[in-house]
Parts: sequence; C-alpha cells; structure tokens
Amino acid sequence: MIGFAGVKVRYRGARMRALDDVSLDAPRGRLTAVVGPNGSGKSTLVRALIGQVPLEAGVVTIDGAPVEHRERPALARRLAVVTQREEPAFPLGVREYVGLGRYPHLGLFRGVGVTDTDAIDRAVERTEIRPYLDRAITALSGGEWQRVRLARALAQGGEALVLDEPTTFLDVGHEMAVFELLAQLAGDGQAVLLVSHQLNLVARFAHHMVLMRQGRVVAAGAPAEVMQGRVLETVYDWPLVVTRDPAVGAPTLVPLRARPRG
Amino acid sequence: MTPARWTTLVVALLLVAVAGVMLGTMQLPPGDVLRGLLGQGSLTNVAVVRTLRLPRVVLAMIVGAGLGAAGAALQGATRNGLAEPYLLGVSGGAAVGAVVAVALHAPPALVPVAGFAGALAAIALTLVVARAAGGQGDARIVLMAGVVVGAFANAAIMVALANAQDNVVRGALWWMMGSVSDASWPQVRLAALWVAVGIIVLLALARAIDVLALGEDTAAGLGVRVARVSLSVYVAAALLAAGTVAAAGLVGFIGLLVPHLVRMAGARTHRTIIGAAALAGASLVVAADLIARVARPPAELPLGAVTALIGVPFFLTRLRRLA
Repeated sequence: MIGFAGVKVRYRGARMRALDDVSLDAPRGRLTAVVGPNGSGKSTLVRALIGQVPLEAGVVTIDGAPVEHRERPALARRLAVVTQREEPAFPLGVREYVGLGRYPHLGLFRGVGVTDTDAIDRAVERTEIRPYLDRAITALSGGEWQRVRLARALAQGGEALVLDEPTTFLDVGHEMAVFELLAQLAGDGQAVLLVSHQLNLVARFAHHMVLMRQGRVVAAGAPAEVMQGRVLETVYDWPLVVTRDPAVGAPTLVPLRARPRG
Repeated sequence: MTPARWTTLVVALLLVAVAGVMLGTMQLPPGDVLRGLLGQGSLTNVAVVRTLRLPRVVLAMIVGAGLGAAGAALQGATRNGLAEPYLLGVSGGAAVGAVVAVALHAPPALVPVAGFAGALAAIALTLVVARAAGGQGDARIVLMAGVVVGAFANAAIMVALANAQDNVVRGALWWMMGSVSDASWPQVRLAALWVAVGIIVLLALARAIDVLALGEDTAAGLGVRVARVSLSVYVAAALLAAGTVAAAGLVGFIGLLVPHLVRMAGARTHRTIIGAAALAGASLVVAADLIARVARPPAELPLGAVTALIGVPFFLTRLRRLA
C-alpha cells in the first residue's frame, strides 16, 4: 500500500543524502519494520511520507499513486502517522487530543458526528487509555503519552499506520501491548509501517524487515534473513551475535562487551 | 470552559462597559446613563452618553476583542505563549501604514487598508529575517525577528516625524501610545467591520490551529497544510491589527495577556480560546481605558501605556517560566 521507489533526500547544507535511493513496500495486512542505527534515515523516511522534506528524486506512492501533497486531508484519511517526537505547546485535554485524530474527516461545515465518536471510542478502548481521558496531555508520563498518541492515530481511522519508535518510553508490559496491537491491526488488514530500535521484538512480530544504514537499504526480507550477525555487526559497528531465542525460537540479537580494536 | 465561566466573561464585560459609560471627568449615575441611552434627559447628558462615552467604550471593546483573538491565534499557530500582534511587529507595521495614510491625507476608510498593507509587510519582513537567521520553524527566532521589526517600525515613524508638520507629529504620537479617546461612530463601524472579518476567519481556522499547536510534523500527518494555515493566521492577525491600530493606535500586551488568562480558566481548544479571548480582551481594554481616564483627572493617560503597565510584569513572569 505504501511504496517508496528510488527516493533520494538531501537536507539543506548536508554533505550526505539522508535517503539515498531507498525503495521499499509496506503492503496491507503486513507489519513492515524499518530498523537501523541512529542517523540511518529512518525518521526522514517518515517525514518524506508526510511531505515534510522535499524529494530530490524518486517517488512515494499510496496504492501505486504518487502522494500529492496538495491532497493532504485525503491522504490523512487513509494514512495515520505517529512521529518520533511531539511536544505539545499547550495543555490540551486527552479527550480533545484524541479527537484531533478526526481532523482530516471534518470540514468547515461538517462537525463531529457519530462515526467520529465511534472511531474515538474504539481507539480509546484498544489503547486502554480511558483512565486518563480527563487529564491534560502535559500531565502524562512518557509511557502514557505514547499510548495517547497511538490512540490519536487509531482514531484517524485510515488503512495504513506509520509509527516512528512508538515504544521508546514504554516498559516491557506496555511495549508488548503495543506490538500485539500492531500485529492485530495488521491482521485486520491494515498496512503497518514501524520504525523501531527494538530489533528482537521486531524480529518476532514483523512480516518484513528493512535494515538501513547511512540512508541506504542494506538488507530487506523476512526477519530470519535480515537478522544476520555479520551484517548487523557491520551496520551497528558493535560486536554482537544472533542466536535463537530459547523460549520462542525467534532470531535474537545479543550485543557483546566491547573488545579491543585492532 | 464551563457555561458558568462563559457567563462570568459576558457579565464582566457588561459591568465594565456600564462603568465605562458612568465614570470619567463627569460622573453619571446609572439613571442618567439609561436616560442618555434612550435619548431622554438633558441635552448634555444625552451628548455625553451617546456621542462621547458610548462610542469610546464600544471602540475599546472592539479593539480588545480583536487583539485578544489575534493573540490567541498567533500563540497557537506559532506554539509560543509570547506571540501577539504587538510583539510580533504586526501592529508596528500597521501603525507605519496608518501614519503614512494620515500624512498623505487619505480618507478615513483607507487608513486601515494602509495599515493592513503595513502589517502584511511587517509579517513578510519578520519571516524573511527569521529565515535569514535560519530559524524559520523556530517560534522563538520568529518572535525575536518580530520584536526587531516592531522596533524598526517605531524608528521609521520617528524618522518620518523629524520634519513633519505639527498636526502629523501629534497624530503619530497618539498612534504610538494608543488611545480610544477620539472615538466616533463612523470609526466604530469601520473598526467593527475589520475586527469581525478577522475574528470570523480565525474561528474558521480554529481547528487547524489546534492541530498546528501539536507541531509541524504531527500537523502534516493529520492533513494540515502547515505553511498555508500559518500564513492564513498571520493574514487574519494583520486584518485585526490593521482594524484596531487604525482606530486606536498601538495597544500592546492585550494579545499576550488574554490568551493566558482564558487558558488558565480552562479553555483548551482554539475555538473556545479565541472566542473567550475576544470577550476577555474586550473587558480588559474597556477597563484599561477606564483607568486611563480616572487615574489622573483631568489629564488622560495613554491607553497603550496603561496596557503596557499591566502587561510588562505579566510578560516577565511568562518569560521566566519559558526560560
């Protein structure tokens, strides 16, 4: 559903391209994960999708049609994005915040209706944020805020969901809950594109993994194909081994202690 | 905002407006005010109420509503609690335009048009300066650029005054200090038109401002055309600055103060914040004008000086919290 073909992006004044000939697909019904070290271009990928960085070359498509940024609201009805960072300037209530997910569906003369409140209710249930509905978003813990942001994206109600490190501040339990939810959404037929540093969880949940380094795709395929010790060691520039997780048998990365360089 | 708080805002506005008509160099008891409004009683009484006090109070309301709404929208769209038409240089630009129009003996209806042109020029200049400083998306740099542009506008007025005729000098000084003392009904109607259009545009943009206040990337993901909405907010703020400045000169800090007050009172979404800020701004300017009239009779303090005396300490506390 979401496609990148030969996308090149260079930030103003930067020597290297942030994205250099990146191609990937995130089809419906699949959890597609993009991994890679800091600065490998993962977040730029998300920003290119929402038109926040100009493309030097290549094309971003939704269902094969190039993304037209004149048609932003139409795009936002089909595709919800949770960006990496979001710092609210003013204390909005959680309820109102999640309601803003319906923004692309509303118009000057089309107010909040039953479809909207239903979508909001469903999103609130799925992310289990009902206890905070009456609090201000500025008064939430990091983990609560992440889940509230996810609820806002679900309320948007598209067919595709893009998340940039959605579990950064979450403890194990809440992190697993988010991954389970994403797997469910993919199972329901949504296209889920996830940017994450959690290689081991990604290896268990994702259908397709894309490994990036310095703006290029280094490896792509099923988790078992991408989780190769030698490749990951080079990409992350750190000694590590990939083993099988003893409990569930998924490929698992174990970083080693630093060894003297020679 | 609960209905009780909305009621409080409306009642406060009515009370302060009644006080505004009653008090001044000549005190009028409520009965005389009522008789004056109805056109009964002595001719002096009717004249004071209908042609002096009432237009003055109504103009103060319009100016306050415009400045409050503009400040609320600018703060939301720039994600910065220090944004307002005066500090962003928008009002300064409008003042330059208005002074030029007056110096060229333009008809009164053209003064706000010239002010609008000046305000747009100031906005363009502010954004160019901010971009040159590399901080286009950084509200703090935009704000600093605005302060500089505002100072430049003041300097431009001063330079224009250097060899101007006496009446132009007096007019320009009056503009730079802010006042509603010369209010007349034609002036009220003109200001009302500009301010009403500006506020309606801002209310139509309110939901987009809510989204914009979350940050550019999130707003883009929700389908907001970030540059276009920001620009629309600036243009609407320029309409409001032009309408208020042409009628009352530079009245600072109302746009800064009022949005904070209404957020403290529980306003969360911008439709509420802008609406409540218009009401609260109206009350505050009527009250400030009242202080300007009764503080040192028979002299009058400049309205802009009174609002600055109230606004500057508030500005400093906000600055401390941000730092």
